[in-house]
Amino acid sequence: METDVKEPLDELLSPYPGKKGDLIPILQEVQEKFGYLPREAMQKIAKFLSLPESTVYGVSTFYAQFKFVPTGKRIIKVCRGTACHVRGAGRILGEIERKLGIKPGETTDDLEYTLETIACFGSCALAPVIVIDKDVYGRMTTTKVGQILADIEKQS
Amino acid sequence: MTFDEIKTKAISEWETLEHSNQPRILIGAATCGRASGAMAVLDAINSELTKHNIEATIIQVGCIGLCYAEPLVDIVKPNRPRICYSNVTPEIIPQLIEDYIINDNPRPDLAMGTIGNGSIKDIPKLFELPMLKPQVRIVLRNCGMIDPENINHYIARDGYSGLVKALGMKPEEVIEEIKKSGLRGRGGAGFPTGLKWEFCRKSPGEVKYIICNADEGDPGAFMNRSLLEGDPHSVLEGMLIGAYAIGATEGYIYIRAEYPLAIERLKVALHQIEEYGLLGDNILGSNFSFHIKIKQGAGAFVCGEETALMASIEGKRGMPRSRPPFPAQAGLWGKPTNINNVGTWGHVSAILQHSADWYASYGSEKCKGTKVFALAGKIERTGLIEVPMGISLQEIIYGIGGGIPDGKIFKAVQTGGPSGGCLPASLLNLPVDYESLTGAGSIMGSGGMVVMDENTCMVDVAHYFLSFTQAESCGKCVLCRLGTKQMLDILENICNGNGKAEDIELLTELSQSVKNGSLCALGGTAPNPVLTTLRYFRDEYEAHINEKRCPALNCTELISYYILPDKCQGCGICLKNCSSEAISGGKRMVHIIDQSKCIRCGVCSDVCPTRFSAVTKVSGEEIAVPSKPVPVTAPKGNKEASNESSANLS
Repeated sequence: METDVKEPLDELLSPYPGKKGDLIPILQEVQEKFGYLPREAMQKIAKFLSLPESTVYGVSTFYAQFKFVPTGKRIIKVCRGTACHVRGAGRILGEIERKLGIKPGETTDDLEYTLETIACFGSCALAPVIVIDKDVYGRMTTTKVGQILADIEKQS
Repeated sequence: MTFDEIKTKAISEWETLEHSNQPRILIGAATCGRASGAMAVLDAINSELTKHNIEATIIQVGCIGLCYAEPLVDIVKPNRPRICYSNVTPEIIPQLIEDYIINDNPRPDLAMGTIGNGSIKDIPKLFELPMLKPQVRIVLRNCGMIDPENINHYIARDGYSGLVKALGMKPEEVIEEIKKSGLRGRGGAGFPTGLKWEFCRKSPGEVKYIICNADEGDPGAFMNRSLLEGDPHSVLEGMLIGAYAIGATEGYIYIRAEYPLAIERLKVALHQIEEYGLLGDNILGSNFSFHIKIKQGAGAFVCGEETALMASIEGKRGMPRSRPPFPAQAGLWGKPTNINNVGTWGHVSAILQHSADWYASYGSEKCKGTKVFALAGKIERTGLIEVPMGISLQEIIYGIGGGIPDGKIFKAVQTGGPSGGCLPASLLNLPVDYESLTGAGSIMGSGGMVVMDENTCMVDVAHYFLSFTQAESCGKCVLCRLGTKQMLDILENICNGNGKAEDIELLTELSQSVKNGSLCALGGTAPNPVLTTLRYFRDEYEAHINEKRCPALNCTELISYYILPDKCQGCGICLKNCSSEAISGGKRMVHIIDQSKCIRCGVCSDVCPTRFSAVTKVSGEEIAVPSKPVPVTAPKGNKEASNESSANLS
């Protein structure tokens, strides 16, 4: 599956002067636009910044933020911060894995959900925390996870 | 406009607000408040005010630090102290507005405390509460007090007067003032800030940079986020003062992309100071010009390390390099650069607004001033606190934090994130300062403080931190890249019950090698959680290795769940919720867990009604249960229980 990237990419790149230092902000904007970094976009960015493609790949694979395959409609992030960990984040993650049948970093076959873990969301007082798209759910329990997922199913 | 004119205008706006005849409602709407439901509360307030046709000023403020009590709503009525209400829900809002705003009943039952002059019967003073009384709020002076998106609020409370004072001094005098204050870097290492500035100032070069490190990556730490969300100008003022002292013309704020609200607030604040002539060319008519750019991190813990951070700003892989040359000599794009943490910049603005002597009057002999901590984990009152240096761990955990919830026993406190260590109960009297924490095998770090209780397995905690640093190792140094992997494998074996007697010695040896063989602090400190848990909780390692037992009942491979025949009521909730079909039973039959199928997820224990509490967890022992379901013999549970069961079953 290849996304049509040419036009939106030209528009996105136009305000940039083509300085090498802008590589990361450009990658961030491209990902914001497409949800991941399409292959063609990477080639084009390399040309635009006069960098070898290997450098563009090298930089983008270094940072955890960047994804190279399309993600699901909803992204579920489970916080693995210390406070969340000692308050049972591992069991919350396990429950979501079982309910969705995917592991962190994976997307369900129907492209509905992507499961991710994040190092720390910084809402430690509410641990354990999960974030679905932009909504934060605090003080999670295995029981609550089931309810939240069931509610989402109902909505869609 | 001169600064005096700006300030006069700001004060008049602030006073108009303070003396307004309208009620004022302040809602804590930082990320933590929002996560607790502050925005739904805000909607409820708006619609209720409209319904009653009440004119009121609503202000979204930052985090006052009482995270455990969020969402917080404060109501100020004319000539009354401000009342802070905790754990506010949208449902309670109509009642609260009717009772207090309309009928003048302050509802002491819902109130947490009052702020400001005057008192209200049956409501304590907020800053006299045990959570707040021992605190000294220097960096957090404005958090929760002002509208972080309104620069006039900041200016009315002495904001940017520190910058004005600095501009009237010689740069060297400003550095001297910071040196005199005794301020040390709040990012963790504790290097004297004034000295760091002096190196950069004296470094030859026309172009110099300063950087604000807001790449708060330690799991369990959210001090920087709260400060940037609650009072961004205090950080920007610090940067401006630093830039003037060092002679820098350009500054960067390197901030994690995971903090969208903080980034938004910074953008608003930067725009405001540009408009006021506090940023840009010839600031306030002086010869000093300075510009600030925001760079968003892309999710790499190692970028908190200064040389890696600079590589990342340059658009490269964020990998540390060897020093010298130090950033003060050759930093960003090869130019002299000074990096300080968000918190440090926040202290700088306070020092210049007051004085070095004032600042140095707080804290201990060697460590001046205050430190902000994010208090989290197994603790009654979680939150963001600011305490004078030298306060004991005991005072923080039991005084401010209110001790351990659910009557559990304190086991350890973890400071310094993945670079720090776990300190046991015997060290609770330890004063919190750089040297004492380092001496105990931990570090001050950026300010994460995670409390652990008897249910936390210390081997698992060591494994947790190492899996974090292992995954975040940039891969440059062999010992960090591969040594941590070996250590992680050993810890995994121990947690899984496959540990060997010689593992402890091997872990200690590897720890030393990883420390010695790593270029930056990530590898240099990665073994700390392992070393401190080995030092203070060796018995837990030995129980895992020798007895195949996890004393905290935490490590999945070493625990078993059993349904106690004398307690089970045969309600069937556990059976219905077991995802691995490991439970057999029937109506009014004692349920049985098939240990060969059980994945030890613990869901059965979570769903078993508390009045039965029939599911138990053990490690290193077996419990005799019938081999298949038998009729329930326990006294019959009440009706409610069976209703609850059927509700859950549907």
